[in-house]
Amino acid sequence: MFRQASRLLARTTTATTWRRSRAFSTDLPATPTEDSTFIESWKKVIPNMDPPKTPSSFMTPRPATPSSIPSKITVNFVLPYASELSTKEVDMVIVPATTGQMGVLPGHVPTIAELKPGILSVHEGNDVTKYFLSSGFAFIHANSVADIIAVEAVPLDRIDPALVQKGLAEFTQRLGTATSDLEKAEAQIGVDVHSALNSALTG
Amino acid sequence: MASNAAVPFWRAAGMTYITYSNICANLVRNCLKEPYKTEALAREKVHFSISKWTNGKPEKPTLRSDSPVE
Repeated sequence: MFRQASRLLARTTTATTWRRSRAFSTDLPATPTEDSTFIESWKKVIPNMDPPKTPSSFMTPRPATPSSIPSKITVNFVLPYASELSTKEVDMVIVPATTGQMGVLPGHVPTIAELKPGILSVHEGNDVTKYFLSSGFAFIHANSVADIIAVEAVPLDRIDPALVQKGLAEFTQRLGTATSDLEKAEAQIGVDVHSALNSALTG
Repeated sequence: MASNAAVPFWRAAGMTYITYSNICANLVRNCLKEPYKTEALAREKVHFSISKWTNGKPEKPTLRSDSPVE
């Protein structure tokens, strides 16, 4: 009966609590990553009880990283209201990360990038499709799958240059007259977005 | 190090990421050419009704059909 109680307790406590308590009795490093090391060290310390399941054993295993770099990346480009590209195989994607335009080729290092307003270009053979993104995130996984999510994305020919210029002028003026931090931030966002739209249309 | 990372200006001004992202999206929508602009703005309209509860009973609900303005 007590054996069951400890097993139930073990299931409810988090893996980190277990790691901390094990750190006192064994010399293991603070963050064991694999279930097998946990199970081995558990058996060394408490051989009579079954080791509890850790959260990672409940998760579906991650898709395996192929041993050779695939020839194309699979892109999933989604918006809240539509899925623009769904598992499309392309040669390269250039995403507008906050740290600059980032080119993603097959075999790219797994990355999570926050995106700034800018152009996303999808290169497939000789075709390039460009979209202007308002902001979002890009997740690049080890198996060369890129998930790009944006709130608003439009092909460049749907943008009206006159409205962009008007907006830029209006927000630059608002930035000059802004008083509170929040107003300044909003005006700055306006200037950033409209300048990005402007350079997207001209560049 | 001053803080964990360079805080973006909007976060320093007290804005959250979703507010920032929604503002950016609205600005982009407002710069679209005509048929796309009205489609986009119509898509983003929200209608909701709010009712305050007092003493366990709802009062008369107020209906709001705001167009998305920050």
